[in-house]
Amino acid sequence: MTGAAFDAGTPAGAVLAALAERFAAAQFADSRGDPVVRVAPADLVPLATAARETGLTTFIDLCAVDYLSRPEGRFEVVVHLLSMEARLRLRILVAVPGDDPRVPSLTGVFPGANFYEREAYDLFGIRFDGHPDLTRLLLPDDWEGHPLRKDHPVGSVPVQFRALEEEP
Amino acid sequence: MSNPPDIVTGDAEAPAFGAPQAPPLAPVDEARRRTHELWLSGTESPGDMGRFTSEGAQEMLAEEAPAILAEQMGRLVGDDYTAGFAPSSGDTQIINMGPQHPATHGVLRLHLELDGETIRRAKPIIGYLHTGMEKTAEALTYVQGATNVTRMDYMSPFFNELCYSLAVERLAGIQVPPRAQAIRVLMTELNRVASHLLWIATQGLDVGALSMMLYGWRERELFLAFFEKTTGLRMNHDYIRPGGVAADLPDGWEDDIAGILAKVPAGIADYAALLDDNPIFKERTVGVGVITADECRAFGVTGPILRAAGVAWDLRRAFPYSGIEQYRFDIPVGSGGDVYDRYRVRMEEMRQSLRLVEQVAAAMPSGDYRSDDLKVTPPPRARLDQSMEALIHHFKLFTEGFRVPPGEVYQAVESPRGELGMYLVSRGGAKPWRLHVRGPSFASVHSADPVLGDVDR
Repeated sequence: MTGAAFDAGTPAGAVLAALAERFAAAQFADSRGDPVVRVAPADLVPLATAARETGLTTFIDLCAVDYLSRPEGRFEVVVHLLSMEARLRLRILVAVPGDDPRVPSLTGVFPGANFYEREAYDLFGIRFDGHPDLTRLLLPDDWEGHPLRKDHPVGSVPVQFRALEEEP
Repeated sequence: MSNPPDIVTGDAEAPAFGAPQAPPLAPVDEARRRTHELWLSGTESPGDMGRFTSEGAQEMLAEEAPAILAEQMGRLVGDDYTAGFAPSSGDTQIINMGPQHPATHGVLRLHLELDGETIRRAKPIIGYLHTGMEKTAEALTYVQGATNVTRMDYMSPFFNELCYSLAVERLAGIQVPPRAQAIRVLMTELNRVASHLLWIATQGLDVGALSMMLYGWRERELFLAFFEKTTGLRMNHDYIRPGGVAADLPDGWEDDIAGILAKVPAGIADYAALLDDNPIFKERTVGVGVITADECRAFGVTGPILRAAGVAWDLRRAFPYSGIEQYRFDIPVGSGGDVYDRYRVRMEEMRQSLRLVEQVAAAMPSGDYRSDDLKVTPPPRARLDQSMEALIHHFKLFTEGFRVPPGEVYQAVESPRGELGMYLVSRGGAKPWRLHVRGPSFASVHSADPVLGDVDR
């Protein structure tokens, strides 16, 4: 889909058309009524900056998905932005390879991405280059592994029963 | 998990095989032992402490990485506003607040940099209630999933169930009958008032208006009694499910709603009379904790905090769901973005929600309370005694669940705390491939609004 396909008469279409015009490398698509754009990791920060400047000023969400095996790359980083004026949600998809998952950090564009990137790092092990404080957010600092990965089985950390060891 | 670094120095002799004896008390540094005895009253040895807790040794270790140690000792403070670590100046002191503290109403830990009694910087540290609900959701079928998500925020369980159900229904293309939609609006708006009542109870307690604690819980009890009558449980209901709701409204529900509508507005008027012009309350809230609209957008802060900052943004109006667009309600908006404005916005939201409840109750449609799509709805109980097919279908639905076509969807609802969103990915099976929950408090923790039911999930 190119910029010409958007209905520039509606506020949401105008934002998308402006974004597609400013950022020709992005591939736009439609997912059950929601506009979706897929970019390469290197283009994420320029696209997010362009999106913010065209009206998508509200940072909503950032998360990761582990697809385990997929031609585009094992992980996907999913960013949701919102334009309150145009009542428009935009989903940005970034495919990330599994062997060295790295994505540029969005904290310079949206400060709200800070906690979300730490969460994705904590649970998936995806590194966000340029993040000011990429440490674990939810799990203890000495935790090993990234539990939301699909190769991390449920219940793989044994529960320790103190009382049993203390009984004579 | 690896063993934590061994804090014991010296060689402890291994006991002979099979010898029935207690673990050897290893020699430790005398000062460190005294510290432990203070904490443990001499009941356990320091070695046990490091060996038996699941999170490793619960003390500051000399072997800790220098950066972490410096942070723990307060020589460095993290700051998420300027996004970086900076050495503190000599004029300020750094203290730790929480994770258990009476004013956090949840488990939140804060690193605070204080200049006298002024907080210069704060770093929130979360995760103490993390239970891996997103991972759990991947192991449960779509039928079971609502039971899991309802527990993410005990103050607004209906919103969690509603958001999850809407996401599943959008992916699977399930149509929900009008009565189920109206019941959903009714229950969620009642839940919004109950949640805000809990907020005003604790907010009043925090600023020294202890009566609010009693009043808030008193009125909330009316709602919880109705929830229990309808769903069987006071919280964590699993009532709103993909396809509709679990059961029809109970006999006499009109009288219960009428009772709530008769009592609660008077209660809210009482709170407003107590607090609106209360000089002590205003002294402690006006101009405190200001968050501007631009900061809200950059940090993803939504809900009453955003509206108090002057933005008339409400997902019930912007992206309506469950037929809520057919009812009339107003969006209250503040101007200053401080704690007092947030108080006024939430008070008005309670009145508007009761207005919605009144309209829904007056115009409750008749009909089914769940979808007639037999792929997501179990057959009626009476059919199980007559039809083998119905019995098999019932069994398969509750063991295997139903399949959802591949795809991804992001669904958001306006919860009492802001935008509650769920990003659901299906690859065609009966269980979600991925469920990500965008909790409103997770974004609000940046702004340190102390109502946080769902940060840790």
